[in-house]
Amino acid sequence: MNQDIVIDITDLNKWYGHFHVLKHINLKVQKGERIVICGPSGSGKSTLIRCINRLEEHQQGSIVVEGTELTTNLKNINDIRKNVGMVFQGFNLFPHLTILENLTLAPTWVRQLPEEKAKKMAMEFLARVHIDSQAHKFPGQLSGGQQQRAAIARALCMNPRIMLFDEPTSALDPEMIKEVLDVMTELAEEGMTMICVTHEMGFARTVADRVIFMDAGEIIEEAPPEDFFTHPTFDRTQLFLNQIRTQSI
Amino acid sequence: MNPAAAQKINIFIPRPNEAPPLDTAGPIGWIRQNLFNGKGNSLLTILALLFLLKTVPALLSWALFKATWVSGAACDATREGACWAFVVEKFRILMVGIYPSPHLWRPAVSFGLLATVVILTLFRLVSARTLAFLWFSLPLPLFWIINGGMGLAHVDQSLWGGLMLSMGLAVVGILFSLPLGILLALGRRSRMASVKALSIGIIELIRGVPLITILFMASVMLPLFLPKGVNINNLLRVQIGVILFSSAYIAEVIRGGLQAIPPGQMEAAVSTGLTHWQATRLVVLPQALRHVIPSIIGRCVALFKDTSLVIIVGLLDFLGMIKASTQDPEWLGYEAEAYVFCALVYWIICFSISRYGRSIEKNNAW
Repeated sequence: MNQDIVIDITDLNKWYGHFHVLKHINLKVQKGERIVICGPSGSGKSTLIRCINRLEEHQQGSIVVEGTELTTNLKNINDIRKNVGMVFQGFNLFPHLTILENLTLAPTWVRQLPEEKAKKMAMEFLARVHIDSQAHKFPGQLSGGQQQRAAIARALCMNPRIMLFDEPTSALDPEMIKEVLDVMTELAEEGMTMICVTHEMGFARTVADRVIFMDAGEIIEEAPPEDFFTHPTFDRTQLFLNQIRTQSI
Repeated sequence: MNPAAAQKINIFIPRPNEAPPLDTAGPIGWIRQNLFNGKGNSLLTILALLFLLKTVPALLSWALFKATWVSGAACDATREGACWAFVVEKFRILMVGIYPSPHLWRPAVSFGLLATVVILTLFRLVSARTLAFLWFSLPLPLFWIINGGMGLAHVDQSLWGGLMLSMGLAVVGILFSLPLGILLALGRRSRMASVKALSIGIIELIRGVPLITILFMASVMLPLFLPKGVNINNLLRVQIGVILFSSAYIAEVIRGGLQAIPPGQMEAAVSTGLTHWQATRLVVLPQALRHVIPSIIGRCVALFKDTSLVIIVGLLDFLGMIKASTQDPEWLGYEAEAYVFCALVYWIICFSISRYGRSIEKNNAW
């Protein structure tokens, strides 16, 4: 049982200066689990998942990813990042490289894969996210949805065992949200461990094993989607769900 | 479908394109809009035309129509036009200084090499990677050919001068200050406080003093700091001064480019497992450099002109040779010709570099 826990966060605290962003966070993620984190803006949800691959440094508590604790040890940080993929709200593709080069950069430099092999693998992942025809274009020539799918493929090229999604659809036009969510759903069906910060409640309902609601730096509610959406135990959660429902109408 | 609803559909037919009104298009439209679009602008246009009418014909008459090209009596007789024979006579000294005659082919070959690389650059005949390699390997053969050694007779550096010296100082200055500037810029953004402080110290110290001061320091002070027995010649000391001066400015230009790259680029790069240094080298720096190429080319122009200051530490570069040639007792009184020629050469070179910079800016590619 304990061996299956791939992310173990214990009593995590983080401050920006004097501002207490994350307050006593405890979270255990099992292998293959799909977790959706939601909450109002400024609740600390992005900061939390950015702590998992050390894009943000925490000041108290511990984060253990696949048995390795995140400390100031740069080698550990790098080892964890090799196995934890991340997808960003703003795609963050490298504009000076083609889509294919975006995908092969890390495998060739970090995994020391031969160029031909890296290209072959990259093309396979691009086919999986249905944009293999765009491989030789530059990111600026692609639509937002295509860029985000390329960013997902870029993360997958490192064969990560865990994927972090930081509001992957928030910067997209409504028509493009679906194509990205479809790719994420396929990924979930393959058994990838996923932590996803999103406001897409439909995605949370169908894909998530667990939905986490955060506000003011704390985890307020943590439940399987059917319980979370039908009878949340906190008034704050209820209020948030009501607001989201009125927005989507 | 409901037939009643179908009847309500109107079919949209786009209108054909019409020609624009005559006074807004074509050359007449351009003149109206840009030169005579109001009382103030019309007045300025007329004044500018009058000014050009007053100056340009007089200048052309002096420089071309009444000018003499061969030396002799014609040159001294009227003096209504320029005597370009002076420049012809002094051409060699202006270009290469007092470089010994039997070896003149060496500056010529060097110039040929430089010109070849310049042409490859201007017409984008080879890839950017090859260009970078060519430019950065260029100083070595040039130095060998001019300086001698390894089979070639040695020509002492006190004999170098003229445009050759100006170009050498500028080209070597830029090529060495570019990597140094990149290091300083990265150092200034480093999270390591000592590296950061050192970089800021160097950059601000150099930017805080005029180039003349740095050249004096390099020429006069540097030997005092060197251990006994170590002797660097004056030209090399000056070259080091030029490189340091230029690298501080280039560092600031590159820092601007680095700041324009959103932090998400670095985050995305390190999140795929690249180290901080790999991410800087492969993701952040290439983008930053692309942003600042026009400004760096601007620095090239500035540096090329700045090398004329080496005259104050006793090196006779192009401007130095111009000045020296006007002192020749056999050719007194030709300052105008000398300095007009000097200005023209500087202008041709600098304007060409600027135009190249503009074209890069436009095409976003080199």
